[in-house]
Amino acid sequence: MTATAKKPPETEDSRQRQRRALRLSWVDLFLWAIRIAAIIIIVVGLIGSIQKFIAGEGISAEGWRDLLVSSLSQGAMYGLLALGYSMVYGVLGFINFAHGEVFMSGTMVGFIAANWLFENGIWDSSPILSLLLVLLVAMVTSTLLAVIIERVAYRRLRGSPRLIPLITSIGMSFFIQYSFAGFFGAGFNTYPPPPEILAGSVTIFGIEIRTTQLTVIIIAIVAMIGLWYFVTKTKTGRAIRAVAEDKEIAGLMGINVDRTIVAVFAVGGAMAGVAALMWALLFRSVNFLTGFIPGIKAFTAAVLGGVGNMVGAMGGGVLLGLFEGLGPLLILGGLGIEGATQLKDAVAFMALVLVLIFRPSGLFGERLGSEDRV
Amino acid sequence: MTSVTAPTVLQTNTFAKESLREVIGVALIAGLTMIYVSAIGMVVVFDKRLIIEPILTMGYLVLFSIPVFAGHRFTRQEALEGLEVTPLSEGDIAKAAVAGALAGLFLAAFALIVDTFPQLRGTFPNLSPKMVELITLGYGTSAALVVLPVVSALLAAVGASVAWLPRKLYKALLVGISTVLITSVFDAVIDDFFDWLPAIPDFLYAPVSGLTVVSTIVVFSLSATLSFVLSGRDTSLRERLATSASVPGKRNQMILIGLIGIAIVVFPQFLGGILNELFTNVGFFLIMGLGLNVVVGYAGLLDLGYVAFFAVGAYTMAILTSPLSPFFTPELSWWLAFPFVLIVATIAGLLVGTPVLRMRGDYLAIVTLGFGEIVRITLLSDWLEPLFGGAQGIRQIPGIQVAGTEVSAITPELMVYAMMAFVFVAAYISWRIEHSRVGRAWAAMREDEDVAEAVGVDTVKAKLMAFITGAIIASFAGALFAAKVGSVFASSFQIVTSIIILVIVIVGGMGNIAGVAVGALILVGILGGPNQPGLLQEFGQFKLLLYGALLVYMMLKRPEGILPSKQRQQELHQEEVLQDAWLDKVDTAAEQENAN
Repeated sequence: MTATAKKPPETEDSRQRQRRALRLSWVDLFLWAIRIAAIIIIVVGLIGSIQKFIAGEGISAEGWRDLLVSSLSQGAMYGLLALGYSMVYGVLGFINFAHGEVFMSGTMVGFIAANWLFENGIWDSSPILSLLLVLLVAMVTSTLLAVIIERVAYRRLRGSPRLIPLITSIGMSFFIQYSFAGFFGAGFNTYPPPPEILAGSVTIFGIEIRTTQLTVIIIAIVAMIGLWYFVTKTKTGRAIRAVAEDKEIAGLMGINVDRTIVAVFAVGGAMAGVAALMWALLFRSVNFLTGFIPGIKAFTAAVLGGVGNMVGAMGGGVLLGLFEGLGPLLILGGLGIEGATQLKDAVAFMALVLVLIFRPSGLFGERLGSEDRV
Repeated sequence: MTSVTAPTVLQTNTFAKESLREVIGVALIAGLTMIYVSAIGMVVVFDKRLIIEPILTMGYLVLFSIPVFAGHRFTRQEALEGLEVTPLSEGDIAKAAVAGALAGLFLAAFALIVDTFPQLRGTFPNLSPKMVELITLGYGTSAALVVLPVVSALLAAVGASVAWLPRKLYKALLVGISTVLITSVFDAVIDDFFDWLPAIPDFLYAPVSGLTVVSTIVVFSLSATLSFVLSGRDTSLRERLATSASVPGKRNQMILIGLIGIAIVVFPQFLGGILNELFTNVGFFLIMGLGLNVVVGYAGLLDLGYVAFFAVGAYTMAILTSPLSPFFTPELSWWLAFPFVLIVATIAGLLVGTPVLRMRGDYLAIVTLGFGEIVRITLLSDWLEPLFGGAQGIRQIPGIQVAGTEVSAITPELMVYAMMAFVFVAAYISWRIEHSRVGRAWAAMREDEDVAEAVGVDTVKAKLMAFITGAIIASFAGALFAAKVGSVFASSFQIVTSIIILVIVIVGGMGNIAGVAVGALILVGILGGPNQPGLLQEFGQFKLLLYGALLVYMMLKRPEGILPSKQRQQELHQEEVLQDAWLDKVDTAAEQENAN
């Protein structure tokens, strides 16, 4: 302090400013280095893959195409899950970490329904009805769980610092996981094989697609259209948009904010229930940890698309699905890394880290409530 | 303040309706909780653990404490600010009994359903005949429809009527019950501790497990009487302690430090194998808790991938010391390798800290979680197997050489001392740094980052310092872990570990060293770590369930933790503090008006 007092204030001020600028640029430099490194790795990997492909090594064109379709269908699932994260963040401003568990509950309880239908022969005799029933069960379960969580835990935390509901939802997530492990046992449950009409593959525009994957993509599109209709055309949907915009003013306008927030959780839960059926069609085997990693990935998708932006969530999901499905083989495989598929989750997390560092507002723009806009 | 009494006619009508709703609500919650506890298999698993030899198992304790608490709800008196305490009424006992009976009926109906549909077991493995037998108390499902409601109605009524006891007696009862429970649960500790006087554990415990009926009565009456006699006096004692703590005389402080020092040196001598292991495990989590406390508690940065720094410490130590390290085998001694561990930890702290500098708090949490998983997956992958050994990990890590002997897995009694030394170092670092310039910068930043920056706090430096300090403290634990276990595997560094450390910090009390110590002792000591059993090994499969529930409970009811730091408490209850201040102001204004 004594040293600074002797010097004229202007130079001190400018020196400090200079120092600050220097320090900022040091951080910027580091971030730019990461950016450049990421781009170099991606480009080199791509070139490597293309060379390999031209040389006729590695995966064939059909292989890539199948991978593309399966990544798309997985991405559609992430997109539906991402909607739950996105809507809750848009309205309440916190990450609902337990949303992955909401999805998991749908897959687990849906399994009971599917198993019962299979054992009674309905699964094969009337497959469409069975799938619809399983979908209904999964949606009801997920919706109920989402609403219960909101009522028990989050409602009391309105207005508390942002990290407190986040920590609560982490605790909730573990509590639900291990409750389900208690109810259903820790082992894997396997859905019955898809009914015959879904067993084969269909050719569209000369491209052969496995029917389950096509169904998943169709379900996602239908669910998105339904959601779009709900949010834009119904009264509750309008209320949701109003509350997302500004809770206080929406309240003053006569909207029941509490009930609208319940509706947000319910819609997110229902979409998670749809995603649960998609998981059942794509992967078939479920256990109590099914929701954890997809949940985190779906959150990545939500941020990628722009938090609070519904179309963005779906787009982010598809993008993440593609990145995760193709990335390891396309980029890491191109770099000559062995066992690239092992690193699938690491690639998804890397995408998460990079997106949050460099584009936290997402590709399609985020839409946050008035309090969270900074 | 004057209380407003509503017209009685109006009251009775709404009163009846409201109490009916209350009774049904409580009965539903209690009944569902009882069913939940049975259906996740807790009752059956806990049945193996006896609390009081032939009469009470831990399973029944968990199951039937639910109606007691439910009943207690009706007569619990909460002194809310500005409101009159509702007087006790005998009707409440009746309400409690009805609610209890309903809850018991739910449980009996559940048992009946499980018994009639044995195929349910295909999907719900815990709905076993053994569970039905246990929850129906062995009376069979039809008799249980009568027995269970009666039993839980009685228990609920007991829970409700406790409120009539005089304050002193009530306290004595609570102390007695908790002493019995603690003595029973800590049987391994007491057994181990009284190696030199086996008569005490022999008297206390039944041959299998649990207290005997006689020793229960003795322990209960001793502790209850002691509490009864001493209550009233302990407040003065507490006051004396508080004053002596707040004005630390040099001499008192020296005596306290000396006593703690002696206890630390002498205590492990009394410990047997099990307790040594237990305390070493607690030590690991305590060190990591202290480190995370710096990051979360002091700087307010929620790091969900903290276990990555632990892994960095352990793997660096393993590579530098083990002869089996795959690519680089300098085979240094532990002490020579330790400075390198610290350097690598610093770099790791910088690498994680720099990208997240400008991130929102919740995004930071998710990114650190991502970093933690990336570290684990890459350590485990075949790709980097030539560097880190993949799934096989790195084995044959030597112990710590101290004065000619080696402290390692074979010498657990020395390991406890090594652990204590590092706990002490970690605690000292975090204690000193909290009150340093950086510590004050952290406090300012935690409160409001923009304001802190505006008044000249260098938030970039402060954040990086928090990450580096946290990483270094975690690397202590990692380096010790490598020496203690003798091998490192990527599977020891999962997300769950990060979450458990977070629970320790939050339950204990964010920002408070003593709180973290209490949290680590209670949670890891009793429930255990992710792969380490605690004192209650039966909890094994329910450990993470309880950790999750605890996290939610603490956030809802007591976000500042068991032993809060003063500053943190004020931050979290700022509104209440403001409200109190406002009420004071209103009161004084009213008084002045009256005086005029």
